[in-house]
Order: sequence, then C-alpha cells, then structure tokens
Amino acid sequence: MRRIDPATPTAVAIEFQGRPVQARDGETVAAALLAAGETVFRETPVTGSPRGPHCMMGVCFDCLVEIDGEPNQQACMTLVRDGMRVARQIGAGDIAPPSEPAGDGL
Amino acid sequence: MASHDAIVVGGGLVGAAIAFGLQRLGLATLMLDEGDVAFRAARGNFGLVWVQSKGIDFPPYARWTWTSAEAWAELHDEIRELTGTDTGYSRPGGIDVCVDGGELAAKEARLERLHNHSPHFKYEILDRKALAGVLPGLGPDIAGGTYSPADGHANPLYLLRGLHAGFQARGGRRKGGAPVTAIRCQGGGFAVSTRVGEYQAPRLVLAAGLGTRALASQVDLDIPVGPQRGQILVTERLKPFLHLPVSRVRQTAEGSVLLGDSQEDVGFDDAATSDVINAIACRAVRVFPFLARARVVRAWGALRVMTPDSCPIYEQSAESPGLFAAACHSGVTLAAAHVYGLAKAISEGTLPDAVTPMTAARFAHAPH
Repeated sequence: MRRIDPATPTAVAIEFQGRPVQARDGETVAAALLAAGETVFRETPVTGSPRGPHCMMGVCFDCLVEIDGEPNQQACMTLVRDGMRVARQIGAGDIAPPSEPAGDGL
Repeated sequence: MASHDAIVVGGGLVGAAIAFGLQRLGLATLMLDEGDVAFRAARGNFGLVWVQSKGIDFPPYARWTWTSAEAWAELHDEIRELTGTDTGYSRPGGIDVCVDGGELAAKEARLERLHNHSPHFKYEILDRKALAGVLPGLGPDIAGGTYSPADGHANPLYLLRGLHAGFQARGGRRKGGAPVTAIRCQGGGFAVSTRVGEYQAPRLVLAAGLGTRALASQVDLDIPVGPQRGQILVTERLKPFLHLPVSRVRQTAEGSVLLGDSQEDVGFDDAATSDVINAIACRAVRVFPFLARARVVRAWGALRVMTPDSCPIYEQSAESPGLFAAACHSGVTLAAAHVYGLAKAISEGTLPDAVTPMTAARFAHAPH
C-alpha cells in the first residue's frame, strides 16, 4: 500500500507495537498502518493465523487491533488520534474479570 | 419411481437424526430436504443439550430427554469417528441464572416437581454467593441460579453437518431442493412426489419441522405444530470466561458468546427486531456486566417448531402403518434419542414405548 498523495503532512503521531507511526489527520488506523507497511494486525483465536485488513469498510473483522488497551477494535472504522497506542489483537479479546477458582467444584 | 427402505421428509436436526439412525441400521434411506426456502429451525439453534427445563409436568418427556442426554457422548463419538466432524459436545453441567428472588423461587418449585417424578435428576439451588463463586464477574443484583450436572452443550451447525455427512458416508441418499408436493398411501407403502422426482418406500417419516402439519394432513394425520420465534445475538470471539453453559449465555469453543432468547408469537415472521435484541442484551449485561464491552456481530430470529404443550409429538398412523411423524423444538437435546431409540423402533415398524405417551392424542380434548 502507498499513499496517492505523499505530500500531505502526517501530523498525527500514533504508536503500533510500541513503535512510532506517523498518520494523517482524518484517516483510519488501518489506513495509517498499511501506509506504514504493516500487514499483520491480528492473530486469529482458533489457529493463530496472521490477518490484516481485507474489506476496509467494517464488515470482515479481519483488522481487529487493541487500541489504548481496549481489545477487538476495528482498525478500518477507527480514526487516528494523537497519542493513540495500537497493538496487535492476539487471539480472542479478553474482557472478563480475572477468574477466581470456583469454591465448590462445580 | 425410485424405491427405498425408508424416506425421511426433512433434513433439519430431527429429520437428519432419524435418517442417520435408519441408515445406520442398514435401511436404504432417502432424505428429502426442502432447501433454503424452508424455515430451518436447525440453523438458528442455541445449542443446549438441556435437561433441567424439560418435561417438568410431563414425566415421559423428562425421561426421553434424560435418555438422550445420557446417549449424547456416544453420538458425538460416533459422528467424529465416521466423519471427522467435532460436534463440540461437552457436558460440564449447566446453570439457569435467576435475576430476582421471584424467578429463583419459581424455578426451585419447578425443579422440585421434576425431581419428584425423576429422582435420578439432581440439581442444586445456588444462592448469590455460591453463584458468584462459579461465575466470575456476575452482576451485583443477581439473585441466584439452579445448577444441573446433567446439562451440556454442542455446536448445532456441526451436529447438523455431522449427521448429514455420516448419513451419506453410510450410503444414505440425500436430495436437496426437493420440497414434497404430494404424499399418497399406495399398496402398503408410500409414494412421495417432489419437484425433482417420485419416490416410494414402505416406511415414511415426516420430520419437516413447521412443514409437517400440512404434509401430515394429506395423509389424515393431525400434527398440531406452529411457529414460536426466538432471537439470538452473537458476540465477537472472546477469551474463555464461561466454562459451562448458562441457560441464556453460552460461549462456544471458538470464543463467540451466544445470547438468548425470546419466545414470541408472531406467526411466520422470522426477522430479528431491535426491541427484542435490546431486551436480550440488557439481561445479558445484567447477568455479566463486563459483556457491555463486547461487540455483537450478528443477531437473528428463528422459528421454533412448537406444539400446544411445547413437548414433542411422535406419531404412527393407525390407518397406514409405516407412516410416522416427529415434531419438536429440541432437535439438539433429543438428537441422540432420535438417532438410537426412535430410529430403531421405526425400523421395526413401531414407536418406542418411551414415546407412546407423546402422540398427538393427548390434545384430543384440549383446544389447539
């Protein structure tokens, strides 16, 4: 993927996997990461296969990433924001509270 | 006209289980599957193998459910060995969560009645504290729940695929896109007309879900079934947090969470509606508040095959022996009973003793 108009300034600073990525104001996380050469956005929950954006319109859920600690965000539907921290979604999202051992063995 | 030992009309969970069972016993069986125009309750199923709510005031149904639940592991193994399909079956027990004290008291009374006529059925009433110990993240205002070690769950789509694949692997013949247009009794057997051909057999089983009523009326059988809509939501895949099915929340082996359900009398409208989706989501979030962060990726409606008392109907025609009908809304739970007990009896030209109280004759004096 490459930018059609490379001259437009990339003034928004985000982070992917701890590395800085420069993005344009008004573009999606998926567009910014693809322009930066990133193709692996997540690993699937069942087989751990790598996946990246496919539909770019919110339908395929293949571009899921973790954004500022929130799992399973659609990179293609989320606009970049200065200071945003993006990480690969590895496996299924984890939203449940930490589990405690069941007391009565059910 | 092609001839078989048995014809099963219906390729859903009930029809496919019976056809699988008949073919398994060596009967050359033809399964006639209507196609995508059918309502296909089997494609909208929640996937519970559920004992703790069945036959509470109808002991034969409770026993039949128990028989099936006990045989489910065998069915799972048989399908896997025959086809490689994993139905996802497990039996970790199941919990029915009761949000308030009224629900819990009513459920306790129902399980007491079930236990009274079926003493092998064991259950535990879990108060809030006990329930919270089993279900991390339980909402703060949930009253309690009921636990039954007999409950389990499976993936209904893999079950359906496995039944179809196993049936065909053993030589069974399936015709898809074959809605039945006419049934006739003919020379001690039955002739079935479809859009794609004419077939005959000495045994005919009507297991066509909501289509069974009209088909059965052609041969003077009264099978009073009608539609009841249920809606289900499914979330994105999440890390496992639920190790056992909770009546209206079930996490699949792949991590998706199914949320149900509704009971709606809306005729043959199988749409999903925002008001019911909202109610299901609200209840799920009340039970597990952290689910508010989960994204729902699909919602659907499907039509249960409902009888007047919600218990199954099994029938053999008195006038035309060899003609059977089966209708129920528990195609997953009862799959093993249909594959083993029901199919064996049908192959012998009879109904299992266990289901003889479940004919439609029980409605003779009740309006439906």
